Amino acid sequence: MTTPPILELRGVSKNFGNTLALHNINLEIANGEFLTLLGPSGCGKTTILRILSGFEAPTRGAVFLNGQEITSSPPELRQVNTVFQSYALFPHMSVWDNVAFGLRMQKRPKVEINQRVAEILRRVHLAEYGDRMPRQLSGGQQQRVAIARAIINNPLVLLLDEPFSALDLKLRKQMQFEIKHLQRQIGITFVFVTHDQEEAFAMSDRVVVMNEGTVIQVGSPQEIYEEPESLFVARFVGEINVLEGDIRAARPGGTYQAEVEGVPFILHSRREFAEGETVKVLLRPEDLKVYLEQEKAQQPPFFLGTINETVYKGATVDILRTLDNGKKLQAAEFFNEDDADITYRPGDRVSVTWVEGWEVVLNAEGE
Amino acid sequence: MGAWSKRLYIFLVYCFFYLPLLAMFLYSFNAAKYTTAWGGFSLKWYAALLRNNGLLDAALNSFLVAVCAASLATLLGGLAAVCLKRYSFPGRRALFIGILLLTVSPDIVMGISFLILFIACSVQLGFLTLLVAHTALCAPFVAVTVLARLEEFDEYLIEAARDLGASEAKALLHVLLPLSAPAVAAGWLLSFTLSMDDVLISTFVTGPSFEVLPVRIYSMVRLGVKPDVNALSAIMFALTLSLVLLAQVITQLRRK
Repeated sequence: MTTPPILELRGVSKNFGNTLALHNINLEIANGEFLTLLGPSGCGKTTILRILSGFEAPTRGAVFLNGQEITSSPPELRQVNTVFQSYALFPHMSVWDNVAFGLRMQKRPKVEINQRVAEILRRVHLAEYGDRMPRQLSGGQQQRVAIARAIINNPLVLLLDEPFSALDLKLRKQMQFEIKHLQRQIGITFVFVTHDQEEAFAMSDRVVVMNEGTVIQVGSPQEIYEEPESLFVARFVGEINVLEGDIRAARPGGTYQAEVEGVPFILHSRREFAEGETVKVLLRPEDLKVYLEQEKAQQPPFFLGTINETVYKGATVDILRTLDNGKKLQAAEFFNEDDADITYRPGDRVSVTWVEGWEVVLNAEGE
Repeated sequence: MGAWSKRLYIFLVYCFFYLPLLAMFLYSFNAAKYTTAWGGFSLKWYAALLRNNGLLDAALNSFLVAVCAASLATLLGGLAAVCLKRYSFPGRRALFIGILLLTVSPDIVMGISFLILFIACSVQLGFLTLLVAHTALCAPFVAVTVLARLEEFDEYLIEAARDLGASEAKALLHVLLPLSAPAVAAGWLLSFTLSMDDVLISTFVTGPSFEVLPVRIYSMVRLGVKPDVNALSAIMFALTLSLVLLAQVITQLRRK
C-alpha cells in the first residue's frame, strides 16, 4: 500500500471489568476498501466497531482516522457513520427527516439539505417514500433508509454492524448485492461486521477472521478459504475434513512424503515440517474425489471406505462416508450434466482421493 | 349473563363511581341553604361564588402553585428518569429506591418533615415553601412515569443521533424528549392534579398569607357543606373533565 491507511488500529486492547474483549489489535484499512470483521459472537468484532465509532474507548492502544488520532474524540466529532444492526431509525421522524438529521446537525443551508436528501433517496430507490414513517416501511426499505441516513454525511468510513440479520435469505442476498454495488459507486471505505462467512466472502475485498478478542487471520476471501492458517479459520469458514498425518520425509520444494490415516501420500505445503512431525491435513468437501470400487482402478494412493449417506442439496450432493479405519469424511459433488444420476447408495464400497496440491497441511498443535 | 343483566352491572359500577359527583353537581343548583332538602333550581351559589373573593384568590393561588410545581417537578423528575436510565454512577440504586420510597411515603409525614425543616431554617411559610414541598411531592411520580416509558426506549437511537453528529444534549432534545413526550405530559398532568388537590402537606407548609383552595374548602366544610362549595367543586370537576377530554382528542388526532 503506497497511500496511507484511512483507518488504523495500533495495539488496541479493551477490557470490560476483568474480561479481555480485545487483545492487541493491529489493523490497517485502506481507503476505498471493503473490509469485513468475521467471527463467532463474542469474538470482539462489534467491540472494534464501537471503538471505531467512538462509543467505546480502548483500554490501551490508539485509533487513527486519515492520519489523525481519534482515540478519545466523541462519536459526533468523527467523520465515521454507522448502520446499526436494528437500523435505529428515529420512529417519530419521517424518512426524509431521518435522512436529513445529520445535515441538520451540521447546520447546512436548507437548500443544500433538500437537494442532498432528494438525491440520496433517489439513489437508494426511496424517492417516493420521503414522507412515510419508518414503521410503514418493509425491512429492506428500512435498511436502505439507515444506509442513506449514514452515507449522506459523506463519512470517510462507513461502519455496518450485522445489517442484514433481520432480513430473510432472499432479501439478504439482494441487499448484499446492492450494498456492494453502492460501495463501488461512492468509493467510501466500508467496515462490515458479520458472523456469516458466506456474506463476508460475497462482499469483501479483505476479511479479518477473529476469535476470542484476537485477529486470527487477515486475507482476501480466497486466501481465507483456500489457505486457512489455523484449524479455527478452516472450520469457521466452511465444512472441512481433518485427517491425521505423520511426516515421513521432507523433499525439496515444499513437498513431503507422509502417511495420512495410515496411507502413504505426497503432501504439498509452503510451511516447514520436520521428519516425524504430526500434522493435520485439511480438505474441503468439494476437493475430495470419490470413485466406486468397481469403476476402473484408481492410481494409488487412495482411501477405502463405505458410503453412509447421500444428502441432496440442490446444486450439490453431500456424500458422507466412513473410512475403513472408522474416520468419517464429507464430500460434495456437483451434478454432472452428462452423468445426472448420483449412483452411490449407502453401503457402496468406494475409494477416495483428492486433487494433489489442494490440501492444507497444518501443524498438529495449530488449533 | 344476559345482555340486560350485563348492562345493569355496568350501570351499577358507574353509579358507584359517579353518583356522589352527580349528587354534588345537582345540589350546586339547589336553591335551599342546606344540603338536606331540594329547594328548587337556582344559580345563586355560582353567583355567590363569584362574589367570594377569598375563595377565588385561594383558587388562583392553587392554580399558580400547581402550574409552577408541576413544571418544576416535570423538569426534575424527567431528568432523574433520564439519569437513572442512561448513566451508571455510584448511588444510582439508592436514588432509584429513594424515589420509589417517596411515592409511597404518607403525605402527613412529608408535611410534618417539611414544616420542621422550614422552621429550622426559619423560612417564612408561603408561596415558596408550598412550591418546594409540592415539587418534592410530585417529582418522584414524574420520575416513575417517565422511567416506565424509557424502559422500552431503544438505546441505539441515542447512539444513532450521536453517530450522525448530535451532541449528547442535542440527542436527548431531538430524540429522547419527543419520544418520551406522552409520559412527560402525563407526568405533568399527574403533578398538576396532585398539587391542586393536596390538603395535608399544604396545611403544614403554608401560612395565613397564602391560602390555597383545598385547605380553604377543608376549613369551610368543617362547619357543614355550604352550597357554594358544591358550585366550586362542580366547576373544578367540569374543568378536569374537559382537560381529560382534550387530552383524548389530542392523542386521537396525533394517531391520524
